[in-house]
Amino acid sequence: MMRSLAFSCAIIAAASNLGAAQPTVLVQPPSVQGPRTLQEQTQAAVIRNYLQSWESFSAAFEHNNAALLDSDFVGTAREKFGRTIQEQSALGLRTKYQDHSHDIRIIFYSPEGLSIELTDDVEYDVQILDHDKVQTTQRVRAHYIVVLTPTEVRWRVRVMQADL
Amino acid sequence: MKTALPLVLSGLAAATLSLAAAHGANLNLPKSIEAGSAFSIPSAGSGKGTVYIVGPGEALKREIQLGETTTFDAGSLYNAGHYVVVISGGASADTGSFDVVPASQPANLSFFAKPSRLPVGLQNGITGAVYTFDAYQNLITAPTPVSFELSNPTGATQKRTVTTRGGAAWTEMDSSPQQGVDKFVARAGTITSTRVIGQVPGDPCGISMTARPSGKQIELETAPVRDCSGNAVPDGTIVTFTENYDGAQSTVDVPLKRGIAKVELPAHSGARISVASGVVMGNEIRWGK
Repeated sequence: MMRSLAFSCAIIAAASNLGAAQPTVLVQPPSVQGPRTLQEQTQAAVIRNYLQSWESFSAAFEHNNAALLDSDFVGTAREKFGRTIQEQSALGLRTKYQDHSHDIRIIFYSPEGLSIELTDDVEYDVQILDHDKVQTTQRVRAHYIVVLTPTEVRWRVRVMQADL
Repeated sequence: MKTALPLVLSGLAAATLSLAAAHGANLNLPKSIEAGSAFSIPSAGSGKGTVYIVGPGEALKREIQLGETTTFDAGSLYNAGHYVVVISGGASADTGSFDVVPASQPANLSFFAKPSRLPVGLQNGITGAVYTFDAYQNLITAPTPVSFELSNPTGATQKRTVTTRGGAAWTEMDSSPQQGVDKFVARAGTITSTRVIGQVPGDPCGISMTARPSGKQIELETAPVRDCSGNAVPDGTIVTFTENYDGAQSTVDVPLKRGIAKVELPAHSGARISVASGVVMGNEIRWGK
């Protein structure tokens, strides 16, 4: 218990170094199915990389620049988000996502070590702009399910979708 | 003033939104629709307006006539996730949100099987993990049964059925006693995904050599080298012959060829000759005397 608490604090501290308006982050003790042991360093890296993916996600959607996704997203997530950004751009839209809090739990580490799945009860604001005119700003609370896979130097998001 | 508007069904749509709208207010949208379903959104007011449906998975924008119902055909919205809805055009915007959920029928499996090659007879030596996706590449998070089947050329099979949690399921299987190529199949509904697992002989179970004179040499030859399941150890596996004589030692590494290893060593009376492969020791021969 103390260990997981200490880990949570470490993550929050790490996130707070990234910039001014950083979200609060709570990391729940893992509830991992599978035979593979999840090392603390692996968990820390996965969560750090996942939180960083929110930054590139926000920047990509705000500036309609899909290339900003490349460092943090691969596969299905990269393709879908990239396509949405193209749609937005074609329609004259932009969206601003600002995450306020994350409540993260790792739920699956595949036996061969090639994927990790986590859930995130996330709270964020989304603002829709049409030709720079704000159409709405909404506060969203959503349960995200995320699959990450290891690449050369980091974990990257392969699936990221809100789930009921 | 809030005005409740009935849902207008979109033609033959199987799944539709049941909602009400009030101009300048929150749209009363359903909690969710299934990916790829047709749906419609009514609007309040009059004149020209615009409806936006925006999420990380898709962005839709359509010019509408306020006061009418806007229909979205099947396949318009298919990426699972949370969507914000805005109808603008009047003095203020109507807003709401809903979720698009994955279709329940699997259409694609992401199947990780490891390793692709391993020794025979290893307990839980093979692992398989599956993520289930619908036709739109949405991860199906509802519990879904997945069956795993590992079959070898002799027809022997191992089967497990696992229900996904968060879209993922995994299993472990034993490698077969016989070498060969096994098929590892994951199945969800009618969808299957197959991987091939090569099962190779394990380490030698034991090594037995014989010796006979050949002029001033001793000709040493192993019996066919097999693993503990009786499979022939692959050619190329190194067998080491060691001769100790009068305080000196000479060693020769020989690859297996057609299942056996052969070498000639100097015939010293009183020499002790041993054979090994990896950590497996064979018999020892004392020459002469």
